[in-house]
Amino acid sequence: MARTHSTAPASIAAADSVVPAGASGLRLGLALLALALLLAAPFFVYPIFLMKVLCFALFACAFNVLLGYTGLLSFGHAAFFGGAAYFTAHAVKEWGFPPELGILTGVIGAAALGFVMGALAIRRQGIYFAMITLALSQMFFFFCLQAKFTQGEDGIQSVPRGHLLGMIDLNQPLAMYYTVAGTFLIGLFLIWRFVHSPFGMILKSIRENEARATSLGYSVQRYKLGAFVFSAAMAGLAGGLKALVFQFATLTDVGWQMSGEVILMTLLGGIGTMFGPVVGAGFIVGLGNYLATTGFPVTIITGVVFMVCVLLFRRGIIGEFNASRLGRRLGLDHRH
Amino acid sequence: MTNAVQHQQPESQAVLSARGLRRDFGAFTAVRDVDIDVRHAEVHALIGPNGAGKTTVFNLLTKFLQPTAGSIMLMGQDITRTPPDKVARMGLVRSFQISAVFPHLSVLDNVRVALQRNNHLSYQFWQPLSALNRLNEQAEALLASVGLTRERNALAADLSYGRKRVLEIATTLALDPKVLLLDEPMAGMGQEDIGTIANLIREVAKTRAVLMVEHNLSVVADLCQHVTVLQRGEILAEGDYDTVSRDPRVRTAYMGTEEA
Repeated sequence: MARTHSTAPASIAAADSVVPAGASGLRLGLALLALALLLAAPFFVYPIFLMKVLCFALFACAFNVLLGYTGLLSFGHAAFFGGAAYFTAHAVKEWGFPPELGILTGVIGAAALGFVMGALAIRRQGIYFAMITLALSQMFFFFCLQAKFTQGEDGIQSVPRGHLLGMIDLNQPLAMYYTVAGTFLIGLFLIWRFVHSPFGMILKSIRENEARATSLGYSVQRYKLGAFVFSAAMAGLAGGLKALVFQFATLTDVGWQMSGEVILMTLLGGIGTMFGPVVGAGFIVGLGNYLATTGFPVTIITGVVFMVCVLLFRRGIIGEFNASRLGRRLGLDHRH
Repeated sequence: MTNAVQHQQPESQAVLSARGLRRDFGAFTAVRDVDIDVRHAEVHALIGPNGAGKTTVFNLLTKFLQPTAGSIMLMGQDITRTPPDKVARMGLVRSFQISAVFPHLSVLDNVRVALQRNNHLSYQFWQPLSALNRLNEQAEALLASVGLTRERNALAADLSYGRKRVLEIATTLALDPKVLLLDEPMAGMGQEDIGTIANLIREVAKTRAVLMVEHNLSVVADLCQHVTVLQRGEILAEGDYDTVSRDPRVRTAYMGTEEA
């Protein structure tokens, strides 16, 4: 799955070349610019929209741990995102948990769910893996439809945002925004650390050649399960956060359409790139928001976008940028 | 089945032995009644025409395939039901017929991945990649031993076919295996690499057992102390190279392909 990188004979020469001096400075500059944008954005753009983008961006990055860095296509990630939204909403509303503990509940719940689903799904590969994750997430969807605590079709409504650490009132839009932005950055850092670690290296080797990884003595299943649980937990972080932002948790977030949407975001932004899913999420959420006011059916546009992406730029927006001359000058084209 | 005189006579000790190995694919029997003994400090060749079942035997011995019947012993332990990654950890490591490298990792990273497990550096998801730098010295030494130092930073995908095979041997050696199974290690290699790798195999076989599938009979004659000939999934002949090559049945089986 996800063999997007193998199409680039043109960039072979780049592999051997040394990253030019000043590239790391430029990259640091870009990172600081992005941080400044993140901090200044709520003064120019509607904060709720931004928070939605950040929640989905984190969700897509979590998903990318599996697709981009382990080579596993999960078609059931909505279960972790939407499941965590329910867990967080329930913990905050019914048990009176503070927001930080509520989100933690969501993360732990999603990780537990990921452990069960992952343990069942990783026994199969490729399309069978995708189908099993889809089937299991649909089972979870119907569980959410029937279970009492999710309140069926209505969902859990009017979830209180509460006070972060007992001090910061999250009903203030800016306080909520910076909490989301901070959580997003923490989540992104954890994901970055995870994939750029000795463990992440083994995951990449499994993505590259599973039989070879086995013959080197690695019990591939264990590493895959580790990646699956981590990815589910991070998707849960995003889902729990979303429940606080929108103050509700509904069936929309556990449906298979949501699983499809996160695949699209990741594909569009760039599989196996750190910031691709962020850009992809921004694009899809932005498109949805814009089209919602025009009344034009969103799915048609996203379908066209998907086809254009697959036909013309398979590496995704960020993937193509990294492979471009500027990207290579910045030393971004590692192709992993 | 354990050899009673193991320690007195290390040269005749079978570190890997299979008895009555058989594998069916549906109604087709790919391998039948194969007995094989791979001894310490010996290079053992497995030869035979295409489709004779050589790779299937490899897959059975390394447990990538489960035998339909028969048993396999590795250093006195029964591995007939052991999963492949466990077999690898016990010291039986294979290479693949189709070059098996990690294409989008650098040459150095390919070797470092192989070194990670033995150095207890494979589960750390909280550590930065720089933690792997302490494997560099070992990895560089391995690359030097196969003559890949110059390509250390290249992506494995960008190496020529022959150089990929060389890299695969380096990663296999990184595990410091007790028994080495090489599936056509010289296929597609240039003459220069063949010399390097033949010397390397001779060197590593001093302290290990090596079983290799090889089509190049001059390499077999030069390198291997023991030869097993397979035909249609069964053992046709075995012994040292001279005995086997004089066997009329082997000559018939190989007629027309020997020069190739």
